[in-house]
Amino acid sequence: MLEPINVSLESLNLITLAPMLIAIAGGLIILILDLLNEKLHKSLYVMLTVLVLFINFGSVLGLNVNERGFFDVMLIDGISIISQLMIIGGSMIFIPLALTSKRFHEYSYPEFFALFLFMIAGFQFMVASDNLILIFVGLETASLSLYTLIALHNRSNSYEAAVKYFTMGALAAAFFAMGSAVIYALTGSVELYKVAEVMATRLNETGLMIAIFGSSVLLLVSFAFKLSLFPFHTWAPDVYEGASAPLAGYMSVVPKIAAFVVSIRLFGMYIDLGIEWVRWTILIIAVLTMTLANIMALVQNDVKRMLAYSSISHAGFIMAALALDTTEGNTSIFLYYALFMFTNLGAFAMLWISRHKKRRFDDRYDHPYEKFAGLIQIMPMGAVVMGLFMFSLAGVPPFSVFWGKIYVMQAAVNAGYIWLAIVMGLNSAIAAYYYLKLVVYMFLKDPVKDVDVVYYNISKPLMAIIGFATVATVGAIFYVQPLISYLYYMISASGY
Amino acid sequence: MENILSILVFFPAVAGLLGFVVDKESARAYGITVATIEFLLSLWLWFSFDTSNAGMQFVEMIPLIPDMGISYYVGADGISLFIILMTTLMTLIGMASMGETKNIKNMIVTLLFLEMTMVGVFVALDAIIFYLFWELSLVPMLYIVGAWGGPLRIYASIKFFLYTFTGSLIMLVGMLFVAYIYHNLTGVWSFAITDWYALVLPVNYQLWLFAAFFIGFAIKVPMFPFHTWIPYAHGQAPTIGSVILAAVLLKMGTYGFVRFSLPMFPDASVISITPIAVLSLIMIIYTAMIAYAQKDVKQVVAYSSVSHMGIIMLGLFAMNAEGLSGSVFQMLSHGIVSGALFMLVGMIYDRRHTKLMSEFGGIASVMPKFAVIFGIMLMASVGLPLTIGFIGEFLVLLGFYQVSPMMTILAGTSIILGAVYMLRVMKRTFFGPLNNEENKKLKDLNRRETWSLIPLVAIVIWLGVYPKPVLGPIDNSVKALLSFMDEKAITKEAKDMIRVAKSNKEVN
Repeated sequence: MLEPINVSLESLNLITLAPMLIAIAGGLIILILDLLNEKLHKSLYVMLTVLVLFINFGSVLGLNVNERGFFDVMLIDGISIISQLMIIGGSMIFIPLALTSKRFHEYSYPEFFALFLFMIAGFQFMVASDNLILIFVGLETASLSLYTLIALHNRSNSYEAAVKYFTMGALAAAFFAMGSAVIYALTGSVELYKVAEVMATRLNETGLMIAIFGSSVLLLVSFAFKLSLFPFHTWAPDVYEGASAPLAGYMSVVPKIAAFVVSIRLFGMYIDLGIEWVRWTILIIAVLTMTLANIMALVQNDVKRMLAYSSISHAGFIMAALALDTTEGNTSIFLYYALFMFTNLGAFAMLWISRHKKRRFDDRYDHPYEKFAGLIQIMPMGAVVMGLFMFSLAGVPPFSVFWGKIYVMQAAVNAGYIWLAIVMGLNSAIAAYYYLKLVVYMFLKDPVKDVDVVYYNISKPLMAIIGFATVATVGAIFYVQPLISYLYYMISASGY
Repeated sequence: MENILSILVFFPAVAGLLGFVVDKESARAYGITVATIEFLLSLWLWFSFDTSNAGMQFVEMIPLIPDMGISYYVGADGISLFIILMTTLMTLIGMASMGETKNIKNMIVTLLFLEMTMVGVFVALDAIIFYLFWELSLVPMLYIVGAWGGPLRIYASIKFFLYTFTGSLIMLVGMLFVAYIYHNLTGVWSFAITDWYALVLPVNYQLWLFAAFFIGFAIKVPMFPFHTWIPYAHGQAPTIGSVILAAVLLKMGTYGFVRFSLPMFPDASVISITPIAVLSLIMIIYTAMIAYAQKDVKQVVAYSSVSHMGIIMLGLFAMNAEGLSGSVFQMLSHGIVSGALFMLVGMIYDRRHTKLMSEFGGIASVMPKFAVIFGIMLMASVGLPLTIGFIGEFLVLLGFYQVSPMMTILAGTSIILGAVYMLRVMKRTFFGPLNNEENKKLKDLNRRETWSLIPLVAIVIWLGVYPKPVLGPIDNSVKALLSFMDEKAITKEAKDMIRVAKSNKEVN
């Protein structure tokens, strides 16, 4: 006879679900509003989204560290809180970029904003759980929404991008499912903390290493797709090119934060178990990613593709920090993304303000370098701001990304990987060339044609967002200290 | 004003920001006024400087990122004091003599930002702050070369940027490693150079770190074989760019050796004496030969400037008070002399739009003032006694003689070779028949040009005759540095090599 299952409401600790539920409810409210009145302007939806995110942000701040809830599948530890805050923060910078002066197809649908909120809920589920099934659910919710958001951009290469991303994403999901299945077969659990316990006891059994190897490889492939790491990075430039510029900037930061959190949980576990070759595989992938993406970025003719390759290279940097598996290494992942987020979103937003309906400068590319030639004469402030973003991405001090870079490199040196720090240094030097190329075009060359149209798509909200990103980029030196101590505290509190 | 160093660093930056508002027509006057105030402030620094104190003065420390041990930490000693003075002076004079008219406002603003970074490098006592200003100085220079330069300007500016950037990233890894060792030994994070001085490192660590810092500094100096960016940079840069580059930016490299490499890695420094001396000799002799082969006056000056940097490097690694003081003094004299020479070349270029020697000849008769000033600077560059160039070169050679007489003799050829190519320039541009029709209409220096050069001529002769006011404080700090190195050195060879000046008290 079955025992009746008694669940008390308190033991569920439903507050841990509150942030995601707020996002989902916000999405539903937007859909209902559209049902009631079809003629509402996109600015309403943008502001509603921002407000929902604001409440969401507040509810995450209110969570207690190291709690479990909802049948123990939710895990609210330090990294899940900081990553949720970063995901929401990044989204709050992103969404006002919809308020362009020109009309774009995707923003005329309220579904865009609803999907966007569902996607954020998905990311939050991903980072706030150590249950492989819930992670999978979050991953798929977020990814499916994201594919649709890309396709909504309504251009032939957006469809191409969405389909490409979808197929690649489906493949990655398959790998994730298979990897999880192997883990389940090995340990009889999908809860990572139990998995770690069981695996630790079974490590020395003969013949088991091949299965552990298999599970880690499958999961690594899956996340290498999601994080666009070599050799699974090939979709990224095409997808970024097809997506609208702000969405591309968003994709290079926020989904990766979520994927990195899961990677820290998964691969941190393998490394903690003393399986050294997982570390080495990650290190090799990281080094190859940063180097090859850099070299590819050198030869791009399009600024957006260049930025796509550059963000792949930055992801390689951070992946290397993951392999260190020290508290500092993990702190550097979040610090790097927190700083990189402003600069990179700002840089993509600068492309967005120069977006044209038709390709005026090149048949193949939306943002060829020629488009920015002589920008200093056409739009001096814009050129200076873009120049700042480029120098920041190149790692010139005292701009934001420099502090991330130096922290990653310091973490590598502290963990005894001096060669890694040197590789990172050399890669920064290679990367400086292609960032500099844009600076050279903007400051040192003469405009090619039709000088009045470069800032075609600008509007006050866009300027405000870019201004905010600029301040965050230039003034990084003043907030790096509180940021580091907060991140470090949260990460060490959750035991990574 | 105990915080004068901060004022010195940030005044030009604030002025640069405000400069965006100033009208185009008044930008030059604005720039010159700001640079004059900055120069007066640096003079004030000199007057309030306690010359008997060999340590750091006007120290300020504000923690920026305590978790990483990074703080805003500045200070000046006898070595950096005069380099700061030279920086502000050369910026002022370069700006005053500038013939550039295109986009003058952008140029002024850029120069003011550049001045901030240059002063920042020479006052920084925190490695990360040093690195910050060091890297930041590349950006305005990139813009100056790239926007106002010659036909190959973009190539030259990118080459300049990438070369230096690569080198300094390696240096950054070195810095991070030192900080890591410091943390391991003390449990505290610190990037303060004065804290790092206390570290006694094993010799193999010293060698690796010395190599890492060497790459960063040597590219900047530029040491052979890392010098290939400089002919392009000088060749393409506008006059003001070359002046600042030769006078100040190259000094950052040699200053870095004095501030970091020597006191932190004394044993590695002693081990590297011979390799560095050989490279310096190649620099001196090889670039002097290249200078002789040039057809372009500016390239002659550029290569001679590299050649003289070799003398500075040699002096730094003499490991005695004469060599080091002479070397620091030579940094100042090189800054003033080569800066002035680049200005002079720029002035003739503004008139004739060519720098080829074959285009000139006999212009001493149409431009007597120009010829006289050029002659004086040229003599100072060669190292004629009673000019500023002689003191530094003589002291360096005197100092290095104690290390290796043979190499000193080879280095001494720099004076002879210098005389050979410089006098050739003199002969082919100023003397001989005035054949070229265009040269007959040349106007002599105007008032602005004359008055911007006369202070330099005065300094060249004043410090050539009576260098003590400058040499005294330098000598103090250098001796303190040497006795510190001697105490810190762990190998016997290094202790023997580093000569602490005890018998030379009378020099003071």
